[in-house]
Amino acid sequence: MIAIKTTNLTKKYKKKIAVDSLNLTIDQGELFALLGVNGAGKSTTIKMLSCLVKPTYGDAMILGNSIISDSIKVKEHINVSPQETAIAPNLTVRENLEFIAGIYGSDRKEARQKAKDSISSFGLSKIAEDKSKTLSGGWQRRLSIAMALISEPKILFLDEPTLGLDVIARRELWSIIEKLKGKITIILTTHYLEEAESLSDRIGIMASGSLKAIGTADELMKRTNTAKFEDAFIALAKEGGKQI
Amino acid sequence: MKTLTFASRNSKEILRDRLNLAFGIGFPVVLLLLLTAIQSNIPVKLFVIDQLAPGIAVFGLSFISLFSGMLISKDRTSSFMFRLFTSPLTSSNFIFGYTLPLLPMAILQIAVCFIVALFLGLTVSINILLSIIVLIPAAVLFIAIGLLCGSLFNDKQVSGICGALLTNVSAWLSGTWFDLDLVGGTFKSVAYALPFAHAVRSGRAAISGNYSSIFPDLWWVIGYASIIMIIAILVFTRKMNSDNA
Repeated sequence: MIAIKTTNLTKKYKKKIAVDSLNLTIDQGELFALLGVNGAGKSTTIKMLSCLVKPTYGDAMILGNSIISDSIKVKEHINVSPQETAIAPNLTVRENLEFIAGIYGSDRKEARQKAKDSISSFGLSKIAEDKSKTLSGGWQRRLSIAMALISEPKILFLDEPTLGLDVIARRELWSIIEKLKGKITIILTTHYLEEAESLSDRIGIMASGSLKAIGTADELMKRTNTAKFEDAFIALAKEGGKQI
Repeated sequence: MKTLTFASRNSKEILRDRLNLAFGIGFPVVLLLLLTAIQSNIPVKLFVIDQLAPGIAVFGLSFISLFSGMLISKDRTSSFMFRLFTSPLTSSNFIFGYTLPLLPMAILQIAVCFIVALFLGLTVSINILLSIIVLIPAAVLFIAIGLLCGSLFNDKQVSGICGALLTNVSAWLSGTWFDLDLVGGTFKSVAYALPFAHAVRSGRAAISGNYSSIFPDLWWVIGYASIIMIIAILVFTRKMNSDNA
């Protein structure tokens, strides 16, 4: 079953092409990593797929719904954990979770139960009644992902989820993401190549708004005749690199 | 339900900020006490409590603009809005969610001014209730200004515009601090072309039982409140649907 299918998805800002005719298919349950240097078009792609930015040309179908004409339906199926931690600072951890459950349609009783379950599964019990602005970066990021999952999305966008975290906090988040594999479709953008290599089923490499290559980490290394994934990435992400 | 959930979050964000409470409730009350003390030593007609209370109530509402503007601009300029804009919340959920919690806060703020005024000599009368009702359009006006500023500017700009400019403009041009007739000329014309002096005059007319004088001053306030609210909704909706929310 196809979760996401983009057809010539393009975004232009005046004369600059941020994303250029992206054609991509992602299956349900797949963990797909989108890699690229800064300005490659990863974040713009995520913003278009999550209905935050309208494409200039082309379209994308999310579980059969167009991001242009059925954006409200699309929004019911997806959730996003943005690049920067996106939490309500004066609300407690529990209130943040209940709030997100509520805006995705849960009544008060259901929102409370979902928050309770989420606190338990994400190990947030000790800080459940703390205001989220008082939490460390790692806990805030963990909460942010818990907030993205409380609506039980079919597709989850994780935009650089471990950016700025220490090694331990990053590994803890990796473990959370690994547990989600196969259950929901995850689109992950990251600058940490080992994160993409370790977690994802397939990897797409973008440069200058175009998708330069797509495949598993092993496939991409084989195609570029490299022994390390980092070398494969550099070969593919270089500006003007051939599409493979 | 979604609107109420969003409104509840916004109430908590505003009310849990102690600085908001200090300025929103504390500052108008301190001014009321201070000006009443001045009045008791040097009698000034303008500072008699039934004249002063509606003026301070209107002045206090400028902080409501600051609260709403700051909340919206902070949301807009953070990733939190990214999360909200990718959720199934619609434009109307956002607009009502931001404005609904502010109305009871504004009414409570006006009521606190009058309750304090009662301790300072204001006569208990049904006209106090009428004056609170008459000031509700002014509350809507200040909420709309906050929504508009929050949709257009970042939090630093909002604190400058709503926190400094609006509080001063609404104070100087409201006729609360000095009689506008004493200045006269262009200053008076500008003051009466804006809604603040009309809001204060309608509140004073209500509290003094001079019911026939409530309108047309109140029409000015209702007109301004309606126009600014419509502009604010259009700007917010346009921003929400643009690439650079």
